[in-house]
Amino acid sequence: MFRSVARLQSQFGNAFTISKVCQRSQHPRSALKYSTAAAERKRFYQDVSISQGEGGVYEINLDRRKLKTPGGKLFTVPNEALAIAVATEWDAQRDTLKFYTMHLTTLCNTALDNPTQRNSDQMINAALKFLETDTVCYRVDEPHGLVELQKNEWDPVLHWIENRYNVTIGSSSSILGPEIPEATKDTFRQHLNSYTFWSLTGLEYVITQLKSVVLSMGLIDRQLCVERAVLLSRLEEEYQIRRWGNVEWAHDYDMYELRARTAAGALFVHLSSESSTVKRKLLQD
Amino acid sequence: MATLSAPLRVCRGILKELRAQQGPTYRQSLAYTYVMDQFRKNKVTGERYCRAQQEAHHASQTYLCLLESTRYHLALHNLYHGTGERSPEEVAGLVGLRLPTQPGGKGWEK
Repeated sequence: MFRSVARLQSQFGNAFTISKVCQRSQHPRSALKYSTAAAERKRFYQDVSISQGEGGVYEINLDRRKLKTPGGKLFTVPNEALAIAVATEWDAQRDTLKFYTMHLTTLCNTALDNPTQRNSDQMINAALKFLETDTVCYRVDEPHGLVELQKNEWDPVLHWIENRYNVTIGSSSSILGPEIPEATKDTFRQHLNSYTFWSLTGLEYVITQLKSVVLSMGLIDRQLCVERAVLLSRLEEEYQIRRWGNVEWAHDYDMYELRARTAAGALFVHLSSESSTVKRKLLQD
Repeated sequence: MATLSAPLRVCRGILKELRAQQGPTYRQSLAYTYVMDQFRKNKVTGERYCRAQQEAHHASQTYLCLLESTRYHLALHNLYHGTGERSPEEVAGLVGLRLPTQPGGKGWEK
């Protein structure tokens, strides 16, 4: 009984579907062992290549079969750079497929399938909801060292975004947080309206990873690099690590995962919003 | 502005990661060709400000971070979390304890 449930989960939990492979039953042993990730599938292909399909979109080929999304759609990406990055992820898999290391593939799948069935407006609202509970807006009163650290590290980013978009956000040490004026949200809403659906998918992913709209916008606007944005997002944790010591299997593990996810999200936003500029550059040469 | 390390360093970093991923044949991969192509194309002579170059530089740095972090994360995952859930004996061993060998165990009061 348990085995069949586990098998069912591993079929639905994984990030892609290829009709033939999906039929294949999982190893009974891997289902019996309590694996942390969903049971892993063997690498069933040799070559990974990309090809340009109809309408200028790029497709991923595993041997001679075309990659599909979990929803059964054809996996297509809008530009070559993204296609190559996704192909590299598939090529990097050794014996088994580790979907938790394939962040760009996951993001493309999300954008293509749109499993939550939302439109751009709903996504913008969801993103802006994060502004009310933005990490950099909530400050502590004690200990003194952390208060100073938050002030020195977070204030410059906060000031930058306030000047860049001409808005007021502010910070507060009260549990209710600062009062964000409606005008601020309107400004951001207008700005985000210019994003494509793909970019919004990536942006929302970055926001939920960093737990901060301010830091995410800083990263997307190339004001911060990934390492810096992750550091600022984990500022309190870093402070505690400095005081109590670093635990590799918890702190480093989390940090690298956060960095990888954030980098994937940021790259996804940049790659999926710049397809027009890349074309222009090619024409100039 | 975010401090970025020199483009050459980033380029070499990405190639190093690709090599770690794919072994000695990494030069034949799509990514190798594309990365080299992009770095060559975005090279400018003289110290002039070029927005496209800044963007490409930031993107390359982000990609390097993605590759590096994924590799480190996977290594840590395999080391500490890759074996699935630990048995009670192993968990006890982690904190330097041993499970009693008989019901009641040593020092059990009758």
